[in-house]
Amino acid sequence: MLEIRNLHASVEEKEILKGISLKVNAGEVHAIMGPNGSGKSTLANVLAGRPEYRVTVGEAKFEGKDLLAMLPEVRAREGVFLAFQYPVELPGVNNTTFLRTALNEARKYKNQPEISAGAFLSMLKKKMQVVEMPDTLLSRAVNEGFSGGEKKRNEILQMAVLEPKLAILDETDSGLDIDALRIVANGVNKLRAKDNAIIVVTHYQRLLNYIVPDFVHVLYNGRIVKSGDKELALELEDKGYDWVKDETVTAQ
Amino acid sequence: MSNSELTVEKLANEQYKYGFVTEIETDKLPKGLNEDVIRLISEKKNEPAWMTEWRLKAYKHWLTMKEPHWSNVKYNPIDYQDIIYYSAPKKKPTLNSLDDADPELVKAFEKLGIPIEEQKRLAGVAVDAVFDSVSVATTFKEKLSELGIIFCSMSEALQKYPELVRKYLGSVVPYTDNFYASLNSAVFSDGSFAFVPKGVRCPMELSTYFRINASETGQFERTLIVAEEGAYVSYLEGCTAPIRDTNQLHAAVVELVALDNAEIKYSTVQNWYPGDKDGKGGIYNFVTKRGACRGINSKISWTQVETGSAITWKYPSCILQGDNSVGEFYSVAMTNNMQQADTGTKMIHIGKNTRSTIISKGISAGRSNNSYRGQVRITKKADNARNYSQCDSLLIGDKCGAHTFPYLETNNPTAQVEHEATTSKIGTDQIFYLNQRGISTEDAVRLIVNGYCKEVFKQLPMEFAVEATRLLSMSLEGSVG
Repeated sequence: MLEIRNLHASVEEKEILKGISLKVNAGEVHAIMGPNGSGKSTLANVLAGRPEYRVTVGEAKFEGKDLLAMLPEVRAREGVFLAFQYPVELPGVNNTTFLRTALNEARKYKNQPEISAGAFLSMLKKKMQVVEMPDTLLSRAVNEGFSGGEKKRNEILQMAVLEPKLAILDETDSGLDIDALRIVANGVNKLRAKDNAIIVVTHYQRLLNYIVPDFVHVLYNGRIVKSGDKELALELEDKGYDWVKDETVTAQ
Repeated sequence: MSNSELTVEKLANEQYKYGFVTEIETDKLPKGLNEDVIRLISEKKNEPAWMTEWRLKAYKHWLTMKEPHWSNVKYNPIDYQDIIYYSAPKKKPTLNSLDDADPELVKAFEKLGIPIEEQKRLAGVAVDAVFDSVSVATTFKEKLSELGIIFCSMSEALQKYPELVRKYLGSVVPYTDNFYASLNSAVFSDGSFAFVPKGVRCPMELSTYFRINASETGQFERTLIVAEEGAYVSYLEGCTAPIRDTNQLHAAVVELVALDNAEIKYSTVQNWYPGDKDGKGGIYNFVTKRGACRGINSKISWTQVETGSAITWKYPSCILQGDNSVGEFYSVAMTNNMQQADTGTKMIHIGKNTRSTIISKGISAGRSNNSYRGQVRITKKADNARNYSQCDSLLIGDKCGAHTFPYLETNNPTAQVEHEATTSKIGTDQIFYLNQRGISTEDAVRLIVNGYCKEVFKQLPMEFAVEATRLLSMSLEGSVG
C-alpha cells in the first residue's frame, strides 16, 4: 500500500529525515517509535504533505501512485489520513458541516454522489459510538474549546467517518489520561481491517498495549535504526532509547 | 510556489462577475449642481412645494460645509460639478407584474443572480426594484395594503402620502447632519418608503435591490421606514453595480423610526463594484444610516454584510430615546485588493435601561484597509444603560491593514459598557488541517471566513444569508496567500 524509499526531508534547510525506507501492506499496523527530535512527526507530516516540509531526495508510493507529487487534499481524498498531534481549532466552523464537507470531497473525488444530510447524520451517530463521543460536540465549532482528550477523540471520529486506507496517528496518545487513551485506542482498534493500514507514531510504549502493532520501527536521527515486532517496543520500554542510540553509534 | 499561492494566482485573475451594462434609454440631466438642477429634479418628480423648499435649504446648507476627512480612507478629490444628479429610465412603465417589465431590465436582474421572479417564488418577498433612480417594479403591494402597510418608492410616497413623509423625513437625519446627508437631501432621486401602522406585523420581508447603472451617475437614495406602536418590519437592501472606470459616488440616507414597542430589522448586503485589483474604478459609498428608537421598548437592529465598493464610509446608528429600547449592530466588512472601509456604528443611550450590542467582524485581504469606528455614548439620564461591543479583525496575507477606533463616552455612573477586540490571521496550520481532510485551500479559506462571520450571518433572513455567504466567497477570490 505504502512504499517509502530513501526519503530525505528538510525544514528550513535543516535536514530532518536522512533516508527512510519503509513498506506498509494492507492489514498491517506499524509503530514508529523514537526519542524526541528523531523525526517521527516529520515523517508523518511529510507523508500528509505539510507545506513547511521539503522532500529533497527519495520517493513515496501510495498504491503505486507518486504520493509526493499530490497536493495535500488529493492525498487525503486518495485515502491518506493524518490524526494530528495538535488538532487545530476552527472557530465558528461547525463540526458536523466540516465532517460532511470532508466526506463529500472524498466522494466527489471517487465520482460518488454526495451523501444527503439525513444519511450522513445517521451514519455519524453510529461512528460516534466508536469513540464514545457525546452529541454535544457535534454542534460545536471544530475543536474550539475542546479538552485535549476531546480533540483526540474528534480526530479518531474523523478517521471513522472518512474510512481512510492509510491512517497515520501522530502521537495520538500525548496528553491523554489513561481513560481517554483507552477510548481512543479502542476506537482505532475497531477501525482495523484487512484492507486498511495504520502507522502509529508514538514516543511511549503504553499506547501499544492497546493498539498492538505488527511491526515496530525505531527512528533515530532521521533514520530507521531498528525494526522488529511488538517485543521491540517492550524492550525499548525496559532499556530506554539510549540503548538504541549506543547501538547506532557502535554500528557507525 | 506553494499550493495556496498557486490558488491565489488563479483566483486573482477572475473578474468581477457582475460587470455588465444594461442598455436602457435613460433620461438624464447634464452634469453639475445648482439651484436650477434641484428645482428641475423636484419638478420632474412633481413634488409638493415644501419638498422643493426643503431640498433648496439643504443645498444652501451644503454649500457652507466642507467634505469630511476624518475617516481612515484616501481618495482623490471629488468634483461635485462633474456628476449627473438625475437619471431615470426613459420608458417609465407602471407595472403590475414582471412580465410587463423591460426585457433588458429583467435580463439585468437575471445577471445579478437575483431575479425578481425567483425572489417572489422563493421567499414571498415584496421587491421594490430601484433601477438607477426611479422605481420600475413594485410587487406584492396589494397584499401589503390590505394590512395598511405602505411600501413604495419615495417618489410615489411624496405623491400619495405627502403628510406622512413630511412628518418623518429628516426627523432622524436632518438636512444639516453631515456633508453627504446634506447633499443627499438636496438631490435625492428616489428610494423606498415603508410605513407599518400600529399593531401590524409585516408578514413578509420587504426588499429593495439597488443598482447603479448609468455611467457617471451619482446615486442618491433616500429611504424612510416608520414602524408605529407595536409594529414589526424586516427590510432587506441588496446592491450590485456594473464595472466602470471612473469612481462613482453613492451618498444614500436611510432613516428609521420605531415608536413604542415597535421593532425594525434592517439588513444590507452590499456588493458594489470594488474597483479592479490596482484600485482603478469602484464605488465611493458614503452613506448615512440612522435609526431612532423613539418609543419605550422599541428595537432597531442593523445587520450589514459589506463586500463591495472601493471606499465604504458608513455608520448605521441607533438613537435609544425610549426607555428600555434596544439597539443592535451586526456587521461583516470584507475588503480585498485596494478596497478601503471605514465603518462601524453609533449607539446613543438617552432613555433608561437602554441596551445596545455591537458585533463587528472585519476581514482584510490583499492590500486593503479595514477600519472599525464606533461610538457608544451614555448620556446623563440614561440610567442602567448597557452596551456590549465585540470587534474582531481577520487578516488574510500580510499587506493589508485592520484598525479599530472605539469611542466610549459615559456620563452616567450606572452604565455598564464592555468592549472586546481581537485580531487574528488565518493560520497555515488551519489551512493544512482542512487540506488534510480533503478540502482545497480555496474552500478552506471560505469555511474559516464563514465560521468567523457566523454570528453576523445568523442575524440575516435565510435567503439573504445564503446570498451573503456566496458574495463573501466571491470577494475572497484572489485573497488566499
